[in-house]
Amino acid sequence: MPSQEQIFEKVRTALVDALGVDEEEVTPTATMVGDLGAESIDFLDIVFRLEKAFDIKIPRGELFPEDILNNAEYLSDGKVTAAGIAQLKKRMPFADLSKFEANPVVQDFVLVLTVQDLVRYVESKLNQGKVPAG
Amino acid sequence: MRWFWIDRYTEFVSGQHATAIKNVSLAEDHLHDHFPGAPVMPNSLILEGMAQTAGLLVAQQNDFQLEVVLAKVAKVEFHFLARPGDTLVYRANIEDMKEGGAFTSVTSHVENRLQAESEIFFAHLDRREGGQKMFEPETIIGWLRAVRMFEVGRDAAGNPLSIPKLATSGQPVGSSNGRE
Repeated sequence: MPSQEQIFEKVRTALVDALGVDEEEVTPTATMVGDLGAESIDFLDIVFRLEKAFDIKIPRGELFPEDILNNAEYLSDGKVTAAGIAQLKKRMPFADLSKFEANPVVQDFVLVLTVQDLVRYVESKLNQGKVPAG
Repeated sequence: MRWFWIDRYTEFVSGQHATAIKNVSLAEDHLHDHFPGAPVMPNSLILEGMAQTAGLLVAQQNDFQLEVVLAKVAKVEFHFLARPGDTLVYRANIEDMKEGGAFTSVTSHVENRLQAESEIFFAHLDRREGGQKMFEPETIIGWLRAVRMFEVGRDAAGNPLSIPKLATSGQPVGSSNGRE
């Protein structure tokens, strides 16, 4: 099991290659869209690179739960409802949604994800595949 | 100008890889503007040829039911200029493919020299979902005939690829004019 630092290094390489950003720009607190300029198609690129780098499978909607955000049941007046937030938290335990929760405008959701969230996500995927010792 | 930037496929293995060639000729009008007295094949059009080589390979994998669009050139590097008389050999590999799209790597060689290398992403749009159509399947199949894909195309087991029956129209295929 690689350390969080080792995971971060590989995530950083994936982001540098996918987004054409400098290594120094990829800090744990940098947001994918706001700071690193990721566009929607870049997420597909990043998913391919993370899968290859860590030998994991990332199903559609797991890293970015578009099905929840497109579901009218969880939306009201352009905002995600409390039930929607609960779903997002359940699906994205790796992400810090506290800021988004304060003003959950659905269009701002893309601004939430940070590099650290990606690292935590990869870590959780690697943990899933881990066979308990003994 | 016609937007065909490969002349023919020489190899096409469904879902895996393909090789296509492009002969650069002084008869191509645009070379006389690019540049007057010093004709070279524009690198942008070499990239287009690499994308066509890979894009048709990706589209065939889904039996042309998904709209395949060039979503992103993650990397492209050119090592020297291609000139009239050169034969560019484009080799495309599908590195990975999933629901949302495909990740391909494509090289361009002149004889044994690596002329260019690229990483190209294609996104899938499902034409059955009623989204905007960019190509009629008939047009794509006419195009594949023109570049002789069906002469060299094989599935992963080595069987020849047949011309698909298109559920979308039921029309005979192969006319490069497409439908009205």
